Amino acid sequence: MNQLASRWRGLGVTLVALVTAGGLVACSSSDGTTGGSTYTIWDPYPQFDDSSNWVKLLSDCGSKAGVTVKRTAFDTSDLTSKTLLAAQQGNAPDVLIVDNPVISTLAEAGVLTTSDDNKLDTSAIDQNLLGAGQSGGKTYGIPIGANTLALYYNKAVLQASGVDIASVKDWASLTAALAKTTAAGKKGITFSAIGTEEGSFQFLPWFWGSGAHLTKLDSAEAVSAVTLWTDWLKKGYAPNSAINNTQTTSWQEFATGQYAFAENGTWQLANAKKTGFEYGIIAIPAINGGTAAAPTGGEFVSVPVQKTTSRYAVSQKLVACLTDSDNSLTTTTTLSYIAPTAAVQAKQVAANPELKVWVEAVGAAKGRTGDNLGTKYPKISQPLWTAMQAALSGSATPQAALTTAQAAAAAATK
Amino acid sequence: MNQTTQTPTGLSVRGLGGSASGPPRARARRRLHSEQWAAWAFLTPVTVYLLAFFAYPLYRNLDLSLRDYTVRSFVSGGAEFIGLANHRKVLGDPAFAPALTHTVVFTLVSLAFQFAIGLALAVFFAKSFRLSAILRALFLVPWLLPLIVSASTWSWMLNSDSGVVNAALRLVGIAPVHWLTSPQWSLLSVILANVWIGIPFNLVVLYNGLQSIPAQLYEAAQIDGANGWQQFWRVTFPLLRPVSAITLLLGLVYTLKVFDLIWIMTRGGPSDSSTTLATWSYRLSFGNLLPEFGPGAAVGNLLIVMALAAGLIYIRAQKRQYQR
Repeated sequence: MNQLASRWRGLGVTLVALVTAGGLVACSSSDGTTGGSTYTIWDPYPQFDDSSNWVKLLSDCGSKAGVTVKRTAFDTSDLTSKTLLAAQQGNAPDVLIVDNPVISTLAEAGVLTTSDDNKLDTSAIDQNLLGAGQSGGKTYGIPIGANTLALYYNKAVLQASGVDIASVKDWASLTAALAKTTAAGKKGITFSAIGTEEGSFQFLPWFWGSGAHLTKLDSAEAVSAVTLWTDWLKKGYAPNSAINNTQTTSWQEFATGQYAFAENGTWQLANAKKTGFEYGIIAIPAINGGTAAAPTGGEFVSVPVQKTTSRYAVSQKLVACLTDSDNSLTTTTTLSYIAPTAAVQAKQVAANPELKVWVEAVGAAKGRTGDNLGTKYPKISQPLWTAMQAALSGSATPQAALTTAQAAAAAATK
Repeated sequence: MNQTTQTPTGLSVRGLGGSASGPPRARARRRLHSEQWAAWAFLTPVTVYLLAFFAYPLYRNLDLSLRDYTVRSFVSGGAEFIGLANHRKVLGDPAFAPALTHTVVFTLVSLAFQFAIGLALAVFFAKSFRLSAILRALFLVPWLLPLIVSASTWSWMLNSDSGVVNAALRLVGIAPVHWLTSPQWSLLSVILANVWIGIPFNLVVLYNGLQSIPAQLYEAAQIDGANGWQQFWRVTFPLLRPVSAITLLLGLVYTLKVFDLIWIMTRGGPSDSSTTLATWSYRLSFGNLLPEFGPGAAVGNLLIVMALAAGLIYIRAQKRQYQR
């Protein structure tokens, strides 16, 4: 028994060690990138398999550049650490497509080449979208497409509650509309206030729409934004489950047809058509009317640093192919994104007038890591979502929560 | 090892030719030598395995926790050695005390209920009755389900607005509880789910422990006039002590490191109310756009030390029992 027991104990202890420590080293990749004419591309679109238009486009671009493309798809939350580990081992992919706020982190890590090295042409790209890929005056990538947040609404629910969507212009009129729908026995609005980056992403339109800045989390404007959400929860205009909702679960709530509004992204358009009810989309209003700046979502195409710098020439061809205006239309349509250039946006709206409101929203959006925040942004975002959760769950007042958050952010970005 | 060197039985048989000329002790030493080599050769695979999969990750974790890793130095190397600064940073963090408290509460409460319920069920199933095997098998289901499935199911059931638990409460006229979204309830909710997941393990191990208690003891106790309760406390419980100890130790190690369940159900929130050291370590290292590997690894070290301490206490208790 003793022998057995001590062996079990040893196993148990090492299990903990393995989980806590082994997790850090267990995921290095073995993709060779030094082989002749095979170029590796990593993307965060595991939903697309080899038969999809996206992968076909990748291999077409490969054959145009005269090389074979080896594509690997990762879950978007895994891609940052996978890339860092691969870069550490010296086998980063030739072309990396990655979520835009990660660019500044990877640039800081020295993983990405600048447009000086890789000769990418970014002149046609909308400046507010390119911002997320710039830091210290250098450009580290090119947006493949953009998405952002807006308000979906359920026409039937609004009609039944006697709300005219044209009357929703600012926070007061939106709250009044929510009061009406709740009084009519329907539900108000659903959003995602989860304690991760996703929660900050959803909260930022209201934060920026109040006039607050990320450099001062405890301003009166910021308090008004947190108070808006907190009051909605208290009064039952928004479900309490919002505190744990991801954008997907929040969408599922809206898809039940019970909710008047849902804050969600461009990528839900295809699902919106499947809900079976009539929906409309408006931009998220700012506190006193007008469109609030929403954070830009969507990925950047970048060229990671390689030992063999001669590879950049082909990588540049691949990236140019993925982002040139003809292919951009295919790419953005496939991904359900808005194109990053005015010319392609016009084509998209011509093909699908429904996208007009999204093009406007993307035009008003701004990058999270912009305003020269760069890698400071993650250190501000975490206190922000923590404060938002504290206020929503009632463990602190909006003012107290944001004061704590500002102190934490100031300490972290010092 | 000791045994092989103490039994030089083969010496006289092997004492051929040249070796007969040397004194016996030298021959013994030579023989010992080759046996040692063989022993080491047999040990090699497991040693290599242990080094590669246990020692190296542990070393890496220690290394990470003692250096100032930024994303840049993580990739290009050359992270500055900063001694215990990461550990000091973690210990001084306002999130540390709550995380430690939650870890202790989560572990102890989970263990107590898992063990008590598991033992009760084991005793119950030890008396074989019709369908007992099938029922016992059904109790194993939580153990067989992938953790992501059970955690997601729990989080649906406990959903504030559309969860089945709140729907049931509403039926009997109790106001809905914000299981996962209020700081008062979130820790309790994850403990509840973890207890449910941990019961089968306790049940299986304790049930097998019960099988090894000789039936004569119960017969003797009955003859002495012990009732069911007395039989449990005077016979079952003391004889089950070694098995109980190992069950609790394994349960402790297993519960300390629970991360996925909490992460899926609450992400450690709202506002850190269900954050344990394990989820905190993950959030530091991977849960943010800008990873902090150093502090994350330091929290991991704390967990290892806690598990190790429990293991040492166990060994001590075990030794004392044998000495008695």
